[in-house]
Amino acid sequence: MKWGVVRFPGSLDDADALWALNEVMGQEARPLWHKDEDLAGVQCVVLPGGFSYGDYLRCGAIARFAPIMKSVVRFANDGGLVLGICNGFQILCEAHLLPGALMRNRSLSFICERVNVRIENAATPFTCAARQGEVLRLPIKHGEGLYVAPADELRAMEERGQVLLRYTDAAGRERDDANPNGSTSAIAGVANESFNVFGLMPHPEHAVEAALGGEDGLRIFRSIIMSVERTPIAASAAASSRSSI
Amino acid sequence: MLVKVFVTPRKGILDPQGRAVEQSLKSLGFGGVGAVRVGRYIVLELDASSVEQGRETVRRMCGQLLTNPNIEDYTFEIEEQETDPEKKADPKEDGPR
Repeated sequence: MKWGVVRFPGSLDDADALWALNEVMGQEARPLWHKDEDLAGVQCVVLPGGFSYGDYLRCGAIARFAPIMKSVVRFANDGGLVLGICNGFQILCEAHLLPGALMRNRSLSFICERVNVRIENAATPFTCAARQGEVLRLPIKHGEGLYVAPADELRAMEERGQVLLRYTDAAGRERDDANPNGSTSAIAGVANESFNVFGLMPHPEHAVEAALGGEDGLRIFRSIIMSVERTPIAASAAASSRSSI
Repeated sequence: MLVKVFVTPRKGILDPQGRAVEQSLKSLGFGGVGAVRVGRYIVLELDASSVEQGRETVRRMCGQLLTNPNIEDYTFEIEEQETDPEKKADPKEDGPR
């Protein structure tokens, strides 16, 4: 399947995302330049981690106005799949493609470590290759990953199943000391209401080979591949069953 | 005109920086300190035909870029600069010299 990884000034993990997709997973992934508006027909857009535009003003606040983001917003509104990792998650929140915002970690320190996250909703294009309640071990590296959203919005998101990942301990239990950054309700990743946009602070692209210390990140990418490859088949099956009636 | 925008974390939203500063002030012995929030101060020059038009422009700037309404509140002041822009504050206000 075709992927595009957006390259902003200050993106850091674009090359790693391309490596994970092309070299490890045998996908067809290409970089997309922030000044372009053409998404080159990709089926999933990845906004990578890093410090786009130096994190000036607020993380993701300036990247939101890059020319390519106009196309990404249109693509997302048309149902296209968008994955935002770390700074990409921050950009998606600033662009209002995802609810809430990411603030300074409660420790005020930059955190670089492996964490456990539990799959809270396995019935989405980003998690369908995982089991409900499965615990993934993924790296995080961020200074501003404390997720917040207004209380009523948060309640609605939980009811709709938009919280896809939550920080837990290795056994999948929620504990305050397993919440690395102090995120509200230990939220590590959220989807939009139509489940075609997903943002997460952990880095799946840095957990795709045993040599990197783990392969749990493959679950996220495999889910996306599964959902894309399944969708046209399901649609044509539905059409043929309708015509046979 | 000169615009001064004060951005602070929205009340009720956890502000880890403000809390750390509050703890530090208390540990230095400053009693009676509470609800510390650390924000941002933005100064800009703006050409506008009237103060009212300037206000409207600044509100739009704050809504679209200068603040994130999810997590931040803002106030702003507008100073008209025609009247004696070179005027300095009373030097005694600058502290000991």
